[in-house]
Amino acid sequence: MTLAAHSHAAKPLRKRIADASEPYLYSAPALILIIGVMLVPLVLGISYAFRDIQLLNPFSGGFIGLDHFRALGQDEAFFRALRNTLWWTGASVFLQFLFGLILALLLDKPFAGRGLVQALVFLPWAVPSFLAGLNWAWLFNPVIGPLPHWLYALGLLDAPNNILSDPQLAMWGPIAANVWWGIPFFAITLLAALQAIPRDLYEAASIDGAGPVQRFLSITLPFLAPTIAITILLRTVWISNFADLIVVMTNGGPADRTQIVASYIFTQAFKRLDFGYASAIALVLLVLLLVYSLLIVLLRQTLLNKG
Amino acid sequence: MRSKPILTVLHRLAILAYVVFALFPLFWLLKVSVTPNDLLYSEGVRMWPSRTTFEHYSFVIAHSAFPTFFKNSLIVAGSTAVTVTILASLAGYALSRFNFRAKYWIVALMLITQMFPLVMLVAPIFKMLSPLGLTNSLPGLVLVYTAFNVPFATFLMQSFFDGIPKDLEEAAMIDGATQFVAFRQIILPLTLPGIAATLGFVFTAAWSELLFALMLISGNDASTFPVGLLTFVSKFSVDFGQMMAAGVLALIPACLFFLLIQRYLVQGLTAGAVKG
Amino acid sequence: MASIDIQTVRKSFGAFPVLHGVDLTIQDGEFIVLVGPSGCGKSTLLRMIAGLEDVTSGDIQIDGKRVNDLAPKDRDIAMVFQSYALYPHMSVADNMSYSLRLRRSAKEKIASAVGGAAVKLGLEPLLERRPKALSGGQRQRVAMGRAIVRQPKAFLFDEPLSNLDARLREQMRAEIKKLHGDLRATSIYVTHDQIEAMTLADRIVAMHGGIVQQVGSPLELYDRPANLFVAGFIGSPGMNFFEGRYLVSGDHADMRLPSGTTLPIRKRDGLESGSAATLGIRPEHVILADTGALEAAVDLIEPTGFGIIMHVTVHGIPMKIFTQDRRMLTPGPAVRVDLPQNRLHLFNGEGKRVD
Repeated sequence: MTLAAHSHAAKPLRKRIADASEPYLYSAPALILIIGVMLVPLVLGISYAFRDIQLLNPFSGGFIGLDHFRALGQDEAFFRALRNTLWWTGASVFLQFLFGLILALLLDKPFAGRGLVQALVFLPWAVPSFLAGLNWAWLFNPVIGPLPHWLYALGLLDAPNNILSDPQLAMWGPIAANVWWGIPFFAITLLAALQAIPRDLYEAASIDGAGPVQRFLSITLPFLAPTIAITILLRTVWISNFADLIVVMTNGGPADRTQIVASYIFTQAFKRLDFGYASAIALVLLVLLLVYSLLIVLLRQTLLNKG
Repeated sequence: MRSKPILTVLHRLAILAYVVFALFPLFWLLKVSVTPNDLLYSEGVRMWPSRTTFEHYSFVIAHSAFPTFFKNSLIVAGSTAVTVTILASLAGYALSRFNFRAKYWIVALMLITQMFPLVMLVAPIFKMLSPLGLTNSLPGLVLVYTAFNVPFATFLMQSFFDGIPKDLEEAAMIDGATQFVAFRQIILPLTLPGIAATLGFVFTAAWSELLFALMLISGNDASTFPVGLLTFVSKFSVDFGQMMAAGVLALIPACLFFLLIQRYLVQGLTAGAVKG
Repeated sequence: MASIDIQTVRKSFGAFPVLHGVDLTIQDGEFIVLVGPSGCGKSTLLRMIAGLEDVTSGDIQIDGKRVNDLAPKDRDIAMVFQSYALYPHMSVADNMSYSLRLRRSAKEKIASAVGGAAVKLGLEPLLERRPKALSGGQRQRVAMGRAIVRQPKAFLFDEPLSNLDARLREQMRAEIKKLHGDLRATSIYVTHDQIEAMTLADRIVAMHGGIVQQVGSPLELYDRPANLFVAGFIGSPGMNFFEGRYLVSGDHADMRLPSGTTLPIRKRDGLESGSAATLGIRPEHVILADTGALEAAVDLIEPTGFGIIMHVTVHGIPMKIFTQDRRMLTPGPAVRVDLPQNRLHLFNGEGKRVD
């Protein structure tokens, strides 16, 4: 009886532990690093939002409750940055997506030299963001860049001036750089999704008499929809956090017209060394982005349930 | 499928427009970098200067701190890429091949790290690293960049592992290998494209990073290329030729890496869907 | 070589049971075929023997030694996968020698083992090639070679031929049989193809729904299927079934079909008069005769070359007949058939065979 019970018992303890711990051993180094260098600082950062932390002030560090948030409520510059963030993110994502989708569709058709073309049009992605920023800043500079002259010749500008120093137009500078830099990301992701669509679906649709537009609407779009949704979601969050181009091209100016929340946080932390206030702003941004992501996910869920 | 010639022409023209749009800024960078100073303004809008010179390059290489920046960036980006690829291969393999209780928590944790504003971490990371002596140091930067890049690299590697049939490890395990040996001898060699893609992707990301480098590094000795170039812009009377020469130099390693890996990148994103 | 003992082995994935207590003893040198439709648990059972799946409860013994907790590498078994699972980055020779290299066998021993296997399988000219450069049949051979170089305690085959075309499958089937004749190695072979099962097995294990339905020699399963599942699964075209009532009158018995027709059958003990039953007859055992007792309306004729499969309807019940009589290619609207009593199988209300 004991013998039978023994033979039916679960595995020996040592083997069970060894089996169960194997996946954790593989993922532990990555996890420890993520927790140590991202999660702990995140929690610290959240706590800073409620503390008075100024790098050069040795007497700072006390808890001040919601003071930062009260100050934030009065901070005109923050609200302007919030509006600018909307404008910056909306325009960048929309244009990147639109041109990225067109590019992916163009590249999905086989043609001679496609590999080379693909490498060339995806190249901007490899350009370091700071260099992309500098590069476009130079292009917009009428002294050495051709863009102001071309825009003037086209009648889009009254004079060949630098739009980066024009408060009305300055935001278009970083947006243009961002679009140039970000198209490949959308194109690569969408191209990968396009190539996963079974070809015989198109053939079947053609035999059934569908034209190119109908094929696009009834096969391509529905297949791409999940990829589009997730890419746009991720990209929106990413771009609203993306301050490099603005820091490099305009540093928020002129007159804070291109200051977005992310670059504002950076200015507060880096230039004024007010870490507490910077963290409070960052926390607000984080909450806004979480709410946005949640809304998108909920929207997607409702749409899926309906469909 | 047959297509009308007019459509083919339009298709090629559109492709051409994209290529021009993608390459023109880089071309301009190159053009200004070889334009002699005396022609810079008089031939500002010309497509190619009437005389070219490499004096900007020789100056930047011989008389500026850029070679140091270049070396620093190479060290930081190289170490980050190698470390991340090792960690991400291990973690990606765990996510691809094992079913374990914490798996969904790990995936969720990694997804969250892709969502929140990294600027939020600037202050705490500075505060944490400075007592450890890791500010103003290259290892400190490598540590931070490695952590930032591991989540995405893990997902990338996972998608490559997902594309490799499980039968292969099982065959190896029956042949007498432990799972780890099977991973090392059978699966990793088959994931070389994925490893290349991850290396290149992380290298480019680390090569480009600006904000944390600005925050964590203050002296020239440990400056990476982005920091150096940016301080160059603000410190000196603007010498466009030299800056652009430096810019072209900064571009070279990133572009080389990218050209090598870009087709694997698309393949990696497709792999899961097609082979699965 | 070794015997394998499987004792009340169960398997569930989460709360979902896939094997409900399997008992099976495999003799040293025996060729066992696990056969059944997909999802019947045959592959899971094989993978449990290999050590690729955990045993939920019960014991697996190889050579009298309990192996439940042994890693696959410590069980000393070889396996041929449906996908072949050849290592794409290794040459044929390296694929075959991988297991020996992992065991750090001597170089000369490896060379002679690989050489011997290559001769046996006709792989000598291919040894330096990569799997990518091989045809399907050659890959299959390499997978076999990889298994035999090791001289393991047992061979496991997981649907090894299902990726080959019909002609090649036939040829490899014969080669596997010949190889087993040479090596006399204990083998367990999983397939859903009943021809492979019939031709290869010393004993067939027919499985369905995670339960072993019948274990026996191929002809036992063909001649005396233990239940309706085995009866329907073994044989092609499949057995014809007639549901009805079993009626005893005196010392003979009848089967009454729903249409009211009665078919005389041999009287069985162990089945009560009036109970529901199913009658079965294989298409090749139906006799076509002008004097036949039943009239069958012809629906469809399928010539296979070797013979003819006739789809007919008898008293509203569809039935298949297999015949080699070529006149039946053009049979006219109806034929007359006989169901010989000694070819009839009877199954009770639960589907169990009654003799």
